Amino acid sequence: MIEAELSRSVRRWCKGATGVTGAAKLSGGASQETWRFDITHPDGAIGAILRRSPKGYGAAPTRAAGLAAEAQLMQLAFEASVPSPRVMHVLVPEDDLGTGFIMQRIEGETIARKILRDDEYKAARPHLARQIGGILAGLHRLPKDKLPELRSRGASQEIAEFERDYRSLNWPKPVFELALRWLRDHDPGPSTETTLVHGDFRNGNLIIGADGVRAVLDWELAHLGDPMEDLGWVCVNSWRFGEIDKPVGGFGTREDLFAGYEAVGRKVDPARVKFWEVMGTLRWGIMCGGMMQRFREGPDHSMERAMIGRRASETEIDLLRLLAPRGS
Amino acid sequence: MQDEPTPIELTKSVADFLRNDITPLISGHQAFKLRVAINILDLVTRQLTREEGSDAAEVERLRALLGADGSVTELNRALAERIAKGEVDLSTPGLAEHLWATTMDKLAVDQPNYASYKRELGRGG
Repeated sequence: MIEAELSRSVRRWCKGATGVTGAAKLSGGASQETWRFDITHPDGAIGAILRRSPKGYGAAPTRAAGLAAEAQLMQLAFEASVPSPRVMHVLVPEDDLGTGFIMQRIEGETIARKILRDDEYKAARPHLARQIGGILAGLHRLPKDKLPELRSRGASQEIAEFERDYRSLNWPKPVFELALRWLRDHDPGPSTETTLVHGDFRNGNLIIGADGVRAVLDWELAHLGDPMEDLGWVCVNSWRFGEIDKPVGGFGTREDLFAGYEAVGRKVDPARVKFWEVMGTLRWGIMCGGMMQRFREGPDHSMERAMIGRRASETEIDLLRLLAPRGS
Repeated sequence: MQDEPTPIELTKSVADFLRNDITPLISGHQAFKLRVAINILDLVTRQLTREEGSDAAEVERLRALLGADGSVTELNRALAERIAKGEVDLSTPGLAEHLWATTMDKLAVDQPNYASYKRELGRGG
């Protein structure tokens, strides 16, 4: 039972803690798990989250930054006032919990459709696009000399990598070919500035409350690259959850996003943002193809995975809307 | 020739049974899985209903675009290759119309409630 290991662990590093209660697994693939639990403390219970790779699952997939880097990035973000949970403890071998970290639990909602529809978030919604701009600006400003070691990826490398992923699926899709062609023709080349890129900053990976964004989650695809990538990805139609006229996560306009970003002295390059939006749309489409492949060949023969394979066509229509729009 | 009811009618009867009789009995994660299962059967029903007609129209367009004959898979592969090589692009007469028609036919099966699809349908298909 994980509560025994967690109790032993918290007693070592959390002064006054006597144990833990209410451990429950929130999500988990084969190699990475997220648990919630409460630390029992004389001053009152402390809400916490464990992110870990269980023992025997040390190696991260090639694109992932790794849990140690994630912990470091979240802590840096927290210190720089980018909404982020405070990292309380990085797992050590004595914890007997695998590799990973424990962070403060932040209450709020991550389910995109609820955030876009529930009354609780009604007052916050009109402000989110601009707030997200400010958060991304803060994130892109994190001091490079303090960052953990991260892979470095520019536009040209990403195009080549997605093309390879797509070809390996042996899944001839004329719309994807058209998008690849467009990306190669519009490759903006190396960006003038290389910064930390979150890599998966979107509606669904943000904890949101009635007061707005409370935390940025899922740093596992963080890398060094073109900061405009994050601005393009947050606008991909797949993350608007039906609110297609509000490009920024279904919340608001690009103008608001850009204004929030520039208000703190950073510059937006709208052509690059569009490039990364097209790239992001194709990226999700190819990922849907990957799901199909894993359903067919791999250990995950679930209906859910099968159905994600059938969502590639959503990205095809979105690519056509971007690249070959029909008259209004 | 196979007997009837048709696969469309059979699949639909299973989906309706799960939807009307089983859904009220199930909760939690199993209810979520059941919803996915019903969605799959509905998708299969839509595909069985539409595929023959949409594939025939697609092949017709592909033949005209490529000046070649073949199965719908072979012709798609050929079109993909020509786009990759830059021999065909959006300035090629008929390409954009073909990709739009094909994609709309896919969404009609895969995800008829997708907001982008509904918007484009409002433009006249």
